[in-house]
Amino acid sequence: MDTPSNRVLLKKLIVVTIGMFGFGYAMVPFYYKICEVTGINAGDDQVLAKNTQVDASRTITLELDANVDAKLPWKFEPVQKSVTMHPGEMVQVLYDVQNLADHEITGQAIPSYGPQLAGQYVKKIECFCFTGQTLKAGEKRQMPVVLVLEPTLPKDVNTVTLSYTFFVQPGSDKAAAGKTAKEVHG
Amino acid sequence: MSNDAAHAHDDHSHGHPTGIMRWLTTTNHKDIGSLYMWFAGFMFLVAGTMALVIRAELFQPGLQFVHPDFFNQMTTLHGLIMVFGVIMPAWSGFANWQIPLMIGAPDMAFPRLNNWGFWVLPVAAFLLILSLFMPGGAVAGGWTMYPPLFIQGGISYDMTIFAVHILGASSIMGSINIITTILNMRAPGMTLMKMPLFVWTWLITAYLLIATVPVLAGAVTMLLTDRNFDTHFFNAAGGGDPVMFQHIFWFFGHPEVYILILPAFGVVSQIIPTFARKPLFGYASMVYATASIALLSFIVWAHHMFTVGMPAAAQLFFMYSTMLIAVPTGVKVFNWVATMWKGSMTFETPMLFAVAFVCLFTIGGFSGLVCAMTPVDIQIHDTYYVVAHFHYVLVSGALFSIIAGIYYWLPKWTGHMYDEKLGKLHFWMSVISMNITFFPMHFLGLAGMPRRYADYALQFAEFNAIASVGAFLFGFSQLIFLVVILKAIKGGQKATDQVWEGADGLEWTVPSPAPYHTFETAPVVK
Repeated sequence: MDTPSNRVLLKKLIVVTIGMFGFGYAMVPFYYKICEVTGINAGDDQVLAKNTQVDASRTITLELDANVDAKLPWKFEPVQKSVTMHPGEMVQVLYDVQNLADHEITGQAIPSYGPQLAGQYVKKIECFCFTGQTLKAGEKRQMPVVLVLEPTLPKDVNTVTLSYTFFVQPGSDKAAAGKTAKEVHG
Repeated sequence: MSNDAAHAHDDHSHGHPTGIMRWLTTTNHKDIGSLYMWFAGFMFLVAGTMALVIRAELFQPGLQFVHPDFFNQMTTLHGLIMVFGVIMPAWSGFANWQIPLMIGAPDMAFPRLNNWGFWVLPVAAFLLILSLFMPGGAVAGGWTMYPPLFIQGGISYDMTIFAVHILGASSIMGSINIITTILNMRAPGMTLMKMPLFVWTWLITAYLLIATVPVLAGAVTMLLTDRNFDTHFFNAAGGGDPVMFQHIFWFFGHPEVYILILPAFGVVSQIIPTFARKPLFGYASMVYATASIALLSFIVWAHHMFTVGMPAAAQLFFMYSTMLIAVPTGVKVFNWVATMWKGSMTFETPMLFAVAFVCLFTIGGFSGLVCAMTPVDIQIHDTYYVVAHFHYVLVSGALFSIIAGIYYWLPKWTGHMYDEKLGKLHFWMSVISMNITFFPMHFLGLAGMPRRYADYALQFAEFNAIASVGAFLFGFSQLIFLVVILKAIKGGQKATDQVWEGADGLEWTVPSPAPYHTFETAPVVK
């Protein structure tokens, strides 16, 4: 029964079997290609569904300002002076900060808004001002703020100024301890 | 190779090993066929018991007997074992017993491969059953093995994946053997278009198997590497996609359902002409219909997953291609009916099961068409309507034709007629209880009862109680079948060579029981 013609057919069928095993794996790149071409299953587009809260009819200029308290030897400024955005739109802005001292200091940023009433319409999702920032001697860092201006922002407000001032966090600057802490508290 | 031949020669001049070694070392197609049948029969009782656990729990709403997690293990193992451990081995058993007898070959093409193909099966079955006793219990994620559940479970999931590998390897070995036997070892004069339809359907089934089982092997290998070797084929957290598993699985899974049913078409196409005493109506169209069903089966897989999210164009394509399968299937049903038309019919047990197959499989086919409609399927997806559908095609389809085939060829295998009275009792009990079990599930599904839950809302209580009563009747009716088979093996009225008055084909030219070696000199077919 083990004839040469049976052997030949056996080999052919084994090749088919191995080929189909490979085909199963070939379906993986094929699947992703089909998804790409047809545009289905494009994860990000589906997950971040279009935000219907954005009021595209209004454009607000967000001016960014940065100050450092005189006791704090830091350099602090926004990467961009201003950005434009629609109410309801989520934007991210960046600030550069550098510790010019030769020792580690923790600073705390305090925000203020102009006009002052705009403050209640600024919703921050992420901000370096949420916690104290510790910078080593000479360390340089870029820090983000992610925020949304609420669509209920009064119609007459076209420009919002967001200003941060960095202070020494009490007790953190060992070199200038004592007097600095007292003054900040005062 | 010459060694093998010498050995085979030795075997039949000096007898063969006795006891357990006879069965462990056998390369005889009839022995291996019997082993496959007994294995399938045993696993049928195991997976059937699991079905009864499911139906006992669902007899009343609320939780009565088992923990929901164990219930899920039962649904999963019931499905896996019935498909891979019962229906497929039973068809391999028929193939081994009947194909050489029906084409006039002395044995299968690769007898040792055949032996190996069978003896890996008990290992896989052992792994599946052993997994029940592992920490966390057996697999409980459904027989379709979908991630993410299937990449989260414990050791039993790895055991199941390994078992599926083994079962797949066994099917591939069997298929290669069957294709080679059919293509190379037919008796002189037995052209392809003279082959009995059972042989044709198995040839096409074997091609389906070697084309799709390796794809399943690939899919479960990906599961295995996702679980153990940090690949991310299906792990969304690593950039993979669980939906992709469903595509790969059903690319295997849909042809698989035809693997389960095509040999059934073949068996029924043997039985109906015998008891209608007329040749099969439309032989050639039957062959072409089988081939077209097989080809179409490769382009319809996504109808199992209409709800995963796909473009409307894809839904339409898979809906229409699925409905297209009704055409060749309809050709077959009409051919069987036309064969019976004006025939001199008698209704012995095999014929009863075959006629029940034609009626009930058609019901399952129609509910399949309902499921094929995308908008309807989105409503009934994963409900009991689907459960009703696939049990009509698998129980009253594949299983009934297996039972019909066993009754039909049992006198040839054992040399004795089975007990016709008990056979008829078995038939009527089975056909009635099968409908009591599965017909109410249509209503449950349409009313919205989801599948694979241990509990259900109160409004489903009546139909579930009816289905459970039917299931227990059906389960215990199968013990009658066991008695019939054992009685026929032990003794009974001596069967003639032809057995059935209207039987036609090479297998009916050899004595009953069929001698250990047949067709050592090939018969000539005119």
